[in-house]
Amino acid sequence: MENSKGYMDCTNMGAVMEVRGRSLLIQISKELDHHNAVTIREKADQLIDKNSVNQIIFDFTNSEFMDSSGIGVIMGRYKKIIFTGGKVAVTNVNSSIDRIFKLSGLYKIIEKYATIEEVLNLQ
Amino acid sequence: MDRKNAMSLEFDSKSENESFARIVVAAFAAQLNPTIEEIADIKTAVSEAVTNSIIHGYDGREGKIVLTCAIEGSKITVSVMDKGRGIEDIKQAMEPLYTTKPEMERSGMGFAFMEAFMDNLEVISAPEEGTTVTMTKTIDEIKLFS
Repeated sequence: MENSKGYMDCTNMGAVMEVRGRSLLIQISKELDHHNAVTIREKADQLIDKNSVNQIIFDFTNSEFMDSSGIGVIMGRYKKIIFTGGKVAVTNVNSSIDRIFKLSGLYKIIEKYATIEEVLNLQ
Repeated sequence: MDRKNAMSLEFDSKSENESFARIVVAAFAAQLNPTIEEIADIKTAVSEAVTNSIIHGYDGREGKIVLTCAIEGSKITVSVMDKGRGIEDIKQAMEPLYTTKPEMERSGMGFAFMEAFMDNLEVISAPEEGTTVTMTKTIDEIKLFS
């Protein structure tokens, strides 16, 4: 665990974040709505800038709800790293969150994987 | 079935109340015996409407949001009302991806999700008077068990 570099516990603020190399893992705690989006965006951008992040994984294992505010958060981070060749992935997506992604067309620009390990093993 | 029930609730335009509002509606809708998917649909739609009132209606200022729910037979009607700034061009506001707040990373999908996840959506709004969003959904009485 590379905790010394960039582990940030934001459980009360909607997500737990961890930097592994140049990958940022964002584990959404319970719900990704407008209320949580504000904090997640702020914390993620700090870690992205500090660690020259080129891959972001949004993990939804512990998450049961997301609305269009979540689309905004993911799109925003995508725009932030795409110009330097970065990639965004989502993992462990439940069926209702999957429908939101499908409906929004987000899968045209981001990849869905079953697990976090699957994404990290691609490198 | 001639089931009838109604409730209303007033709360502050604070983002903490987004989850409060959708949980309340989900709990109220539970008497219609909805599927997990139907509950998820309703929660998303309520979340979008309440978020719109907070971000756009009141633009971050303090205000009151009134949430009402009514059940008639197998149909639930959810209404979210604010007395905020109102919408000048409702048709434009409802276009997918249209947003007046790109700097806040709003995706412009709010109304599109309300339309997709509910059976019917009605928006009544007047500039400087406020906005009322009314949505209905019929919950199938007959569930298939496998």
